[in-house]
Amino acid sequence: MAVLIDANTKVICQGFTGAQGTFHSEQAIAYGTQMVGGVTPGKGGSTHLDLPVFDTVAEAVEKTGANASVIYVPPPFAGDAILEAIDAEVELIVCITEGIPVLDMVRVKRVLAGSKSRLIGPNCPGIITPEACKIGIMPGHIHAAGKIGVVSRSGTLTYEAVAQTTAADLGQTTCIGIGGDPVNGTNFIDCLELFLADPETEGIIMIGEIGGSAEEDAADFYKASRNKKPICGFIAGVTAPPGRRMGHAGAIIAGGKGGADDKIEALKSAGFLVADSPASLGSTMLQAMAG
Amino acid sequence: MNIHEYQAKSLLAKFGVAVPRGGVAYTPEEAENAARELGGPIWVVKSQIHAGGRGAGRFKDDPDGSGGVRVCKSLDEVKENARKMLGHVLVTKQTGAAGKEVKRLYIEDGCDIARELYLGMLIDRATSRITIMASTEGGMEIEEVAAATPEKILKLAIDPTEGFMPYHGRKIAFGLGLEGKQVGAAVKFISAMYKAFLALDASIVEINPLVVTGGGEVIALDAKMNFDDNALFRHKDVADMRDEDEEDAMELEAARHELNYIKLDGQVGCMVNGAGLAMATMDINKLYGSEPANFLDVGGGATKERVTAAFKIILSDKNVEGILVNIFGGIMRCDVIAEGVVAAAREVELHVPLVVRLEGTNVELGKKILAESGLPIVSADNLADAAEKVVKAVKEAA
Repeated sequence: MAVLIDANTKVICQGFTGAQGTFHSEQAIAYGTQMVGGVTPGKGGSTHLDLPVFDTVAEAVEKTGANASVIYVPPPFAGDAILEAIDAEVELIVCITEGIPVLDMVRVKRVLAGSKSRLIGPNCPGIITPEACKIGIMPGHIHAAGKIGVVSRSGTLTYEAVAQTTAADLGQTTCIGIGGDPVNGTNFIDCLELFLADPETEGIIMIGEIGGSAEEDAADFYKASRNKKPICGFIAGVTAPPGRRMGHAGAIIAGGKGGADDKIEALKSAGFLVADSPASLGSTMLQAMAG
Repeated sequence: MNIHEYQAKSLLAKFGVAVPRGGVAYTPEEAENAARELGGPIWVVKSQIHAGGRGAGRFKDDPDGSGGVRVCKSLDEVKENARKMLGHVLVTKQTGAAGKEVKRLYIEDGCDIARELYLGMLIDRATSRITIMASTEGGMEIEEVAAATPEKILKLAIDPTEGFMPYHGRKIAFGLGLEGKQVGAAVKFISAMYKAFLALDASIVEINPLVVTGGGEVIALDAKMNFDDNALFRHKDVADMRDEDEEDAMELEAARHELNYIKLDGQVGCMVNGAGLAMATMDINKLYGSEPANFLDVGGGATKERVTAAFKIILSDKNVEGILVNIFGGIMRCDVIAEGVVAAAREVELHVPLVVRLEGTNVELGKKILAESGLPIVSADNLADAAEKVVKAVKEAA
């Protein structure tokens, strides 16, 4: 089952013939993802990695039947690439690109509302259903098919959660990186809804960080949800000073808001088991599952 | 990116935002000349530093004297005050105890203040829209107003497909209790400010106070603008306004190597790939009883040269008593990190304990490079092990 993607997902790549698009498409193909083609404007009609290249997303979708697109387009053009994918009614758009101007994302977010597409990212590692479909830049070999749903704002911290749940023989159903930007597509609540509804997902790990109030909102959502599963959380940035942007565009404590302590408190009061160390994500999940 | 008040005002004025006339000065003579050109009879001499609270701030060498913003009534007075401000360190509640040296002044026409209001624009994460905030409590920090009297803040999110319309402006103007010709002036002001925000890819524009003059004009007495770093590529004119004197030298050096570095006050230097893991690595240091010396994200595509630069930057911080390298290689290959670590440790004559935790792509090769380097590098098996080892090493070395 898993969520959003599985072995039947057909994926195209926007920015296919660039260095990033090429490298990660090769990796995805090697992992077993059904890559069906790519888009590079001006190179339509050629082939790359033995797959067809198209000038437009609409044409790629029409000819290949793709229902997902992954975007490795450079930041100045990535907003436009997402909008093109929305226009072509691609069901799932995964944008890896880091550094998209936030006002470009404000426009994307507005167009996304009421469209037929779901966006994951930008500035994220992507999404993977282990042993079935990998869309993004995560190292495939650390994953194992299993029963934990992972959702995170951070890339490498997701890998921690994955490696630890793999080591604990729990494995993962699907792992979703929602990205570190202040304006993004899919949020924590969307992912919690999906994981709670997925019969294969027996436990959930949610990894947040300082900045904004997405973790508090997710805590409120879970608290009110009738459907519950063993769930644990982690918040990065307990030692981060206010007013400084910690790498991710969205990771900043501003105007006294977005601090780690408030988020941890919100998660605990909603029934999350919160790991105090990034090294104990797996053991905390085991503890939550033991009840 | 931040800019100075005078720069923000010149940018905003280009879009039609009403600001007082003024001139920038780097010396007392330039201050006097700027004042002469403005004509008087009242001038305001304002310290230009990237921190708020300048008026209430005090100079370090004259704690009982006047603040960082001074009203003057003669050219001599302008020059004399400029002399007392330029080259002196101003401490405000936003600068921290170290304060900031004033290197530029802005000499401005004095204005006749009838009311002081607050007007701000930012990108609200909850609605993903540009949001206008206004309050009758001009001169106060908006966070304080939000905490004490949230009902006094007017908030208006602008739909990007609709854009800013005059009715938005009227909602704000009437909400602030403006009347007569002040309303039209305010609508024009807010509309121009929105245009500037969009056109320049601002992340925050704050006018505090926004002043209504005795004559009914609506004018920006102070102006603060921050910009979206991701969009600077399309605004060279704004990027050129960067004042490197206002930024930390080590952070600037890091930025030149495309490293994301923020100096903190602890003892354990951290080098990590990925922002979230970098924060978590700082946190785990604290959990095991030490404090992080920095945030440092080497990014996903770090080269050997970049890793070497990162190492040098960490070691240039005199507070660093130990280093923790934590790499979870996805795109990042562990052997590249290992080579960079070894090269840098040789080059800088490592004098503090170094603990390295590698995981992911090519991890065995990376560990082999470290082990065969002949350097006193402590290898760790996982994140908890790494934190424990570095904290222990720092305590033993002390």
